[in-house]
This record gives sequence, structure tokens and C-alpha cells, in this order.
Amino acid sequence: MTATATERRSRSRGRLRGRPQLYRSYAQELALFNTRPKQVWVGVIVLMSFLLPFLVSDSLLQTLALGFAFAIGALGLNIVTGLAGQVSLGHAFFLGVGAYTAAAISGDPDGRTIGFGITNILVWLPAAGLVAAVAGVLVAPLATRLRGLYLAIVTLGLVFIGEFVFGEWSDLTGGNGVGREAAVPDLFGYDFSRDSESLTADQNLYLLMLVLMLVFALGARNLARSRVGRAFSAVRDRDMAAEMMGINLPRTKTVAFGISSFYAGCAGALIYSIIGFFEPSSFSLLLSVQFIAMVLIGGAGTVSGTIMGALFISLLPTLTRELPSYLPVISAQVTETPNIYQLESILYGLLIVGFLLFEPRGLFGIWVRIRNYWKGWPFSY
Amino acid sequence: MRSTDDAPVVSVQDVHLSFAGVNAIAGVSFEVQPGELFAIIGPNGAGKTSIFNVLSGVYRPQRGRVEFLGESVLGERPHRIAARGMARTFQNIALFEHLTVLDNLMLGRHQHIGYGFLAAFVWRGRARAEELAHRRFVEEIVDFLELEQWRTLPVGLLPYGVQKRVELGRALAMEPKLLLLDEPVAGMNLEETEDTARYILDIRDELDVPIIMVEHDMGLVMDLADRVMVVDFGVPITTGAPDEVQRHPDVVRAYLGQEVAGG
Repeated sequence: MTATATERRSRSRGRLRGRPQLYRSYAQELALFNTRPKQVWVGVIVLMSFLLPFLVSDSLLQTLALGFAFAIGALGLNIVTGLAGQVSLGHAFFLGVGAYTAAAISGDPDGRTIGFGITNILVWLPAAGLVAAVAGVLVAPLATRLRGLYLAIVTLGLVFIGEFVFGEWSDLTGGNGVGREAAVPDLFGYDFSRDSESLTADQNLYLLMLVLMLVFALGARNLARSRVGRAFSAVRDRDMAAEMMGINLPRTKTVAFGISSFYAGCAGALIYSIIGFFEPSSFSLLLSVQFIAMVLIGGAGTVSGTIMGALFISLLPTLTRELPSYLPVISAQVTETPNIYQLESILYGLLIVGFLLFEPRGLFGIWVRIRNYWKGWPFSY
Repeated sequence: MRSTDDAPVVSVQDVHLSFAGVNAIAGVSFEVQPGELFAIIGPNGAGKTSIFNVLSGVYRPQRGRVEFLGESVLGERPHRIAARGMARTFQNIALFEHLTVLDNLMLGRHQHIGYGFLAAFVWRGRARAEELAHRRFVEEIVDFLELEQWRTLPVGLLPYGVQKRVELGRALAMEPKLLLLDEPVAGMNLEETEDTARYILDIRDELDVPIIMVEHDMGLVMDLADRVMVVDFGVPITTGAPDEVQRHPDVVRAYLGQEVAGG
């Protein structure tokens, strides 16, 4: 009896030798990384990411840290738009709410703008997310009554209202053209935005953002494969049938907006804690469009695609800045035409159009195609 | 006082539904008994699907009473009625096309799974245990409807007949107390129709689920149904056993038209 019990346990846990694709329990099949290649690749990429700060320049690290923070925001937009199918152009507003909440909590109490002097990231980060989530839940009733284009227009209005309020409320935001200092990324006295004994500020920030991004990504991935994520997808694909499954549509959309805004709020707080200073005009429609570009280019509805998209968009300026040395026609000066900033705007548009036309599944889709090619190699399928 | 055994599962009394003056349903009444397979037939546009939409809460009738398991469900939101145990399939398949067969079936389990979004983020403990348990349940439906080979494919890619079967499975996953089937064999070939007939009989006999079925395939209706209701232009013509209904002069008229004098 005991021998068979051990045998049974080893059978349910392990894989058959030489049969890597055979699942022997539902737990095995439903695991997050349920194939050997997934386990190996994710392991290698995460390991490489942690080694990277000791291999590349600090300026690239800062760009990547920003990319990770942007990825958190993009993951949020992916939840409401990619999973739940509710097009939101108002993402910049929730980023702003989060950024100002964090800045106010961590700000200098004696400064010119509102500040409570609590610099611990464990306080201001969740607070930024929660306040933004509350804002999202308050906006959600619109989403429960409108859909598609109408919802897009209403959330667009949110950005303009936000820009106006942020611009006028100068006690909190410093006002247009002035701005205020952002939240300080401090963890029990360890300030990530300063050089420490062993690490530079950029290495610190990079590692902090990497860890946070991994946590948020894991949460998003778990959400997507859960009861809640399935309900989101059901509402996206066929809302009437979703209702017949017992899914409460208004409630589900509200939860989607709340979670998405939580991610946006955290992202807003983190992005500007890297930059250190920000002003109200940052939270414009362009920021929302950037996030939509990240989700679309990465692959709507997928977590890994969204992260790829966010990093891609974040690294784009680094690439275009190199262009003037290869193509002398393009100038690095704002005053001349054509300059790299114009080129960047054009590239955003071109990339969105190009991906929608040629690879609607985004970077994730390209990755899937490459994977499938090598899976079957040397046969075509 | 009636015992719960012979109380009707569904009782519809004198329901009237009109859209901007057009009568979709005019005075329909019927009751479905436990374990019964009740069919609704009638020409196109007779209001059969409208009756389903009234039952499941999509439309709210202007007049009449609708009771499900002894309680009025009139004016209740569709998801509440679904949670009471009413499942349905659609005339034009309404699956979640980007999701896999398994995910579609798991969505049928939605109301039986209890954990919320905070547990979902962690996907450990209760959330994981529930996912595994319901996955096991769903696998029984996969087995029952012979969907093994399609399990992990997005349903949008599947052939029509299989999609119909997945939709039936999704409704069954809800463990319904009443099943509404809207044209379960529409567009199917003979073989697929016979398979579906077998599934429907199994559902009624083995799972003991009462069924209301809207169908155009007369052969199927006459073979399977315990009782048939005929509607035309929203008006009920007759209700009775299949062979009685078939010979009813008004039914013949509704389907074949009235004989012209001297013609």
C-alpha cells in the first residue's frame, strides 16, 4: 500500500520521462508555466533582466526602468480594453490621479505644494493605486451604459476634465508650466533614487521597477486565467450571452475599470518618481494614445505582449535619437524640419496602423509565429 | 398545498409583449412540468424566440405573469434569472469566440465558483482549489458531449456543428434546473441532428433536466417532445401531445395556408 501511495504521488507530480507534453493532472495543466520551454524561457529572461544593470549603461537602464513603469500602466489598460473590451481613452487621467496622490503623500510638508511627508513607497504606492481605483469605479457607470465609440468619446472627455483640474489646482499640482516634485521611492530609509554604496541611482531604480513590474504582471496573468478574467473576456466577446451565464454586466465592468485604474494609478506614481518632477500638461491625450499603442502593438489581451509593447514604445525614442548620425536629413533640433520628434509622432501612428493591418495580434503574434515555425522545423507545419 | 414534485417548473400566464405597437406575443400561457420536454413551434416570426427572451429576462412583457420554480421572475435582470438555474442556447450561436472550449464551459460554471478578484490575483489556495474542482466537472461535460479533441481550441475556429455542441455544453455546465434550447439542430445535417437528438434525450433522462425547445425540424419535435405548443403571430393556437397537434386544423392552416373555396 505505502509503495503505491508514493508511486501515485510521484505520478501526479512529475512528468513521464520522454513525454514532456503529457499532463498527468489538471494541476499540472493549469499551472502558470505549464510547459518546459515556458519555464526555461521565462527563467532565462528574468535572470537576464536581473543581471542587466551590471552590463549596460546607466542611461539605458533609466529608459528601461521607465519602460517597466509604463508596462504596469499598459497592463492596466490591457485589463479593461484587451480583456474586458471596454475602449478607454481616459487612461492618462487615472495615471495623473495616481501620480498626484503619491506626490502629495510623499511631498515635503513645508513645501509650496500639498505634502504629508510620508516617503515610504509601501504607503504611497498602494494609496496611489487605491485612489485611482476609486476614480475608476466612479467613472464605471458610464461604461455600463455606453459601449464602443461612445465610451471612447466619454473617456476622452475625462482626459480634458483631468487636464483642466490638474492645471487649476495649483496647491496640489504646482500649476501649468510650474509643476511639482514627484513621490520619493524610499523603502524604510533606502532611497532608490539616490546612489547607494554598491549601486547607482539608475541601477537601484531599474531593479525596483523590474521587481514591481514582475509582481504586477504576475497578478495580471493570474487575473486573466481566473473566474474574473474569464468573465471579462465573456463580456468582451458576447455580453448578452455573458449575462445568461449569470455574469452581472454592470458589476463586471466596474471591477474591470477599478482594477485597470489601480494599475494606472500605481504606474503614474512610479513613472514620475523615476523622472522626479512633473507638471499637469503631462496627462494629455497623447499619454493615453501612447498606452493604447503599447497594448495594440504588444498584442491586446496578452500580458507578455503588453510588456513587449511597453518596452518597445519606451525604447523607440532611444532608437530615433540615433538616427541623425545615420540620416543627416533628419535633425535633432526642434526648430528644424524634419526633426526626430516629428518622426517619433509619425512612427507611433505608422506602427499602430501597420500592426492593425498586418499583425493584429501584435508583437505577441509575431512571437507565436516564430515559435510555431521553430516547433515544426524543418517542416513547414 | 402542492408538493414540490408536481409543481410546474415554469408557469407563464397570459403574457403580452409588443414593440411600438407590433404584437410579438399576445396572450401566451403554458406550464412546464418537472422532467418534461416541451416544444414550441410556429412559422418564422411567430414569437418563439421572444417567448425565450421573456423567460430569460431580456424582454419585459407589458402584461402577464412569469413564474420560475414557484417564484415570479418578471422584471428580474437576466443574470439573476440565470443564477436561479435557467440556462439557454441561442438560435445563432452566441459563444465566446476567442476563448477555448474549456474556457467557454468554465464560464458556464461562473455562478458556481465563489472566489473574488483579490483571490484571483494570487491564484493560490481557494482560487486554485476551485479552479481544479470545476475543471474536473467541466471535463465530465466534455466527455458527455464528446468534445475531447476540441478542448483547447478557440471556439471561433470550430465547425458549426461542434460549436452548437459546445453551446449546449456551456448551458449544461450551469447545472440548470431548466434548459431553453433555441433551434438546437438548425443548419445541421441528418447525422448531426440525430446526434443532437440523442444528447437531448440523455439530458432529459439521465440529468433529469426539463427542457423547452424551439425548433423548426418537425420530425425532431414530433419524436422527442412530450407536449407541443403552436404559436402563430404571437398567438397560441393549441397545446397538446405531438400527434394531436399535428392534426389540429388551425395548425395545418398556419403552416400550409387556408384552402381557397373551390380551389
